[in-house]
Amino acid sequence: MASDIVSWIAVSLILATSTAMLVNRDWRVSLGALAVQYMAAFWLVTRHMPFVMGSAKLITGWMVVAALGMTRLGLSDIEEENEETFWPRGQWFRVILIAIVALVAAGSTPRIETAIPGLGLPVIAGSLILIGAGLIHLGVTSDLLRVILGLLTLLTGFEILYAAVESSILVAGLLAIINLGLGLVGSYLLIAGHYPPEPEEEETT
Amino acid sequence: MSAPILWILLPFIAGILILFLLREDTAPIAGGAVAVVLALTALAVPIDVALLLGPFSLKISSSIQFFGRSFILNTADGPLLAVIYGLAALWFFGTQASTTKNRFVSIGLMIVALLTASIAVEPFLFAALLLEMAAMLVIPLLVLPYQKPGRGVVRFLIYQTLAMPFILFSGWMLAGVEASPGDLGTTTQAGTMLGLGFAFLLGVFPLYNWIPMLMEEASPYATGFLLWALPTFTVIFALGFLDRYTWLHTSPQLSNVIMYAGVFMVASAGIFAALQRHLGRIMGYAAIAETGLFVLAMSLKSAEIVNVTFLLLIPRGLELAVWALALSIIKRKVYSLRFSEVQGLARSYPVAVAALIFAHLSMAGFPLLAGFPARMALWQELAAQSLTVSFWAFVGLFGLLIAAIRSLAVFVMAEEDKSWEFNESWIQAAMLGLGVIGLFILGIFPQVVQLFLSNLPALFDHLGQ
Repeated sequence: MASDIVSWIAVSLILATSTAMLVNRDWRVSLGALAVQYMAAFWLVTRHMPFVMGSAKLITGWMVVAALGMTRLGLSDIEEENEETFWPRGQWFRVILIAIVALVAAGSTPRIETAIPGLGLPVIAGSLILIGAGLIHLGVTSDLLRVILGLLTLLTGFEILYAAVESSILVAGLLAIINLGLGLVGSYLLIAGHYPPEPEEEETT
Repeated sequence: MSAPILWILLPFIAGILILFLLREDTAPIAGGAVAVVLALTALAVPIDVALLLGPFSLKISSSIQFFGRSFILNTADGPLLAVIYGLAALWFFGTQASTTKNRFVSIGLMIVALLTASIAVEPFLFAALLLEMAAMLVIPLLVLPYQKPGRGVVRFLIYQTLAMPFILFSGWMLAGVEASPGDLGTTTQAGTMLGLGFAFLLGVFPLYNWIPMLMEEASPYATGFLLWALPTFTVIFALGFLDRYTWLHTSPQLSNVIMYAGVFMVASAGIFAALQRHLGRIMGYAAIAETGLFVLAMSLKSAEIVNVTFLLLIPRGLELAVWALALSIIKRKVYSLRFSEVQGLARSYPVAVAALIFAHLSMAGFPLLAGFPARMALWQELAAQSLTVSFWAFVGLFGLLIAAIRSLAVFVMAEEDKSWEFNESWIQAAMLGLGVIGLFILGIFPQVVQLFLSNLPALFDHLGQ
């Protein structure tokens, strides 16, 4: 019973952090929200996975946040937030989008639980909210950091659900590598173009 | 020694060592040599068979356990490994001629090793994870440290990442379908998930928009390598699905969906290619059309499905390598690959231009070139199933032919008094010349690939049997 309450708190946290990431334009807030999101996801993952494997996901997630944060910190703020070409771009529009995701998740969670019994309502709800939020993120932004955040959010949602059906160590390890890889690729893409070419490299495009 | 260590771990470690220890100019030779040795070993040494070498007995075991799961490379994988590492060697040796550096060989070796792991891992649907890892490793090749990432590379990353969850989930759902085959709802959901996963991976219409973008913004050689490596292994992965879940292949509805997806790719890419004014984008669309042919081959209801698919796979590596090398050489001379910039270049870069046109014609299925026998075989099988689909596949290839003729017209549109020059280095001319000879050999004597093809159906339990 107590663990169920904590699970629903984790789902609420996921909804709050997803909204914060989508609505807030400050990269520090977004990365902080992502770090909290990983904590909530950790709790939901450990409903079906051993604690150690769940904590590996948490640590990997925080490492990704650290890598992205340190990279972004080194870049100038002049380039912050290239104005999106997507329209409409208001904050309320994004809030409505996340509300739609929450409604869809609320509607489909019991149906999925019926189709795949044993997953647990909070696990399904948390996972669907993250997947939906990730997809919205990818749909409304072309900013590199936000694209990476969207992909990480989507993957986290998928991992929560997949942990319930597949608990292989190899899969957990490979998913951790992919998360870390996405963080590193994101960092690489963020800093690419900020350094002048070396004389030798200039000739090799 | 086990096969996964030899063909997965060893090249991966070799890639890391080359990255840290060797200079850019020696890396192609080292990487190419590693790939050649691995290809020859795959060809000469059968897996899981004891060989007596004088007093010594040598046996390469087929599997290895890793975190509770197996990586298995069987005897039947030998020819496939030989083809993969042989073609990879071609790409690595060509690196020096294309002057593409930026860690291409070292990262390329690691990518090929990861992709080989994707065909070895059991359960095979975990391959989706390894394909995603390989896709992420490609990014440093596509975006140089001093270059701002474009939209193409971001879309590539998004699409490849989206593919993985779809495929992993569909694999899990397909197991449920096997348990209760009468459940139409689950079957439809699993089929849709799987279809979406492969649509993202292979770039099925309209999800291929990143390919022409990438050809414009990234190095043609690195993009060409990506367009060879990822679809090749994705197709093998997809064949694994068709083999494992036979109902996917026998279901008329799913088969039709695969067929129409394939023909849409071929026709649309061919038509778009004919309308382009950028050499890189034309190559991108040609690669899309070729991937469409793979998808079409996978929809065949005959026992020739494996043979036709692999017959398409082998020339693709050579065609793309020659085309990408020629484009890289041309790109060093001109600012952009737009028609207006490359006009009349046939007189100053005759070897590169000739190689590019031959590779293009081969992909369009021009007779006597490498692509022709595979397209003939596919057409023959396809015509027995649907004449309409065969017609639209022809339209796509005709579009590629028009694009080749337009490119040729632009290349030879030089001023009359301009003299002929050879600006390619000897190594560039030699690599391109060898590539073009290879295109003709595969076109005139297609039976040479029979050495590899004859055992490949054994890779699958049901397909092609």
